[in-house]
Amino acid sequence: MSYLHISCAFIILCAIAAGMIRILNGPTAADRMMAAQLFGTCGVAILLLLAKGLGTIVLLDIALVFALLAALASITFVRRAWHEQTGAPKK
Amino acid sequence: MTPLDTFGILCITMGLPFFLTGTIGLLRFPDIYTRLHALTKADNVGLGLIILGLSLQADNLFTVAKLILIWLLVLIASSASCHLVARSAMQKNIHPWTK
Repeated sequence: MSYLHISCAFIILCAIAAGMIRILNGPTAADRMMAAQLFGTCGVAILLLLAKGLGTIVLLDIALVFALLAALASITFVRRAWHEQTGAPKK
Repeated sequence: MTPLDTFGILCITMGLPFFLTGTIGLLRFPDIYTRLHALTKADNVGLGLIILGLSLQADNLFTVAKLILIWLLVLIASSASCHLVARSAMQKNIHPWTK
């Protein structure tokens, strides 16, 4: 029963590892940031599966914080970092 | 094993291909908009299926409420950041891919 959850988490971990390729050779900074967003969603799924598989309910709170931080990271990237790279911030 | 557990396992295993196709789309699609499309749609459906399966197997209602809260937060966050990235790319005159 719990082996199923942990092996599902491993499969999603393989999806994250494949997403690393986009970080390595993404042409623009936004592509790399999208891969980071993929890490956020997949990371939440892994934490939820591990919370059930290992029986540690605390991991649900960590998943909640993880989702919040992924959102903040991508919003900060768009509002701050990506504008400064090319100069001329637009509103 | 109760029928609810079995249905939950079915939902969790159905969610995995969505994650894998999201990653394949991120790797293989040609430009920034199509990659955003693959990433923010497929992954959220996969997460929704996994959360549905986990809440069918959950012990109490509090855990179910927390799982649904996580899913709503991820949905709002990823759609908002998808729109932000796409609008910012349009403002930078990055043209959508055409055949």
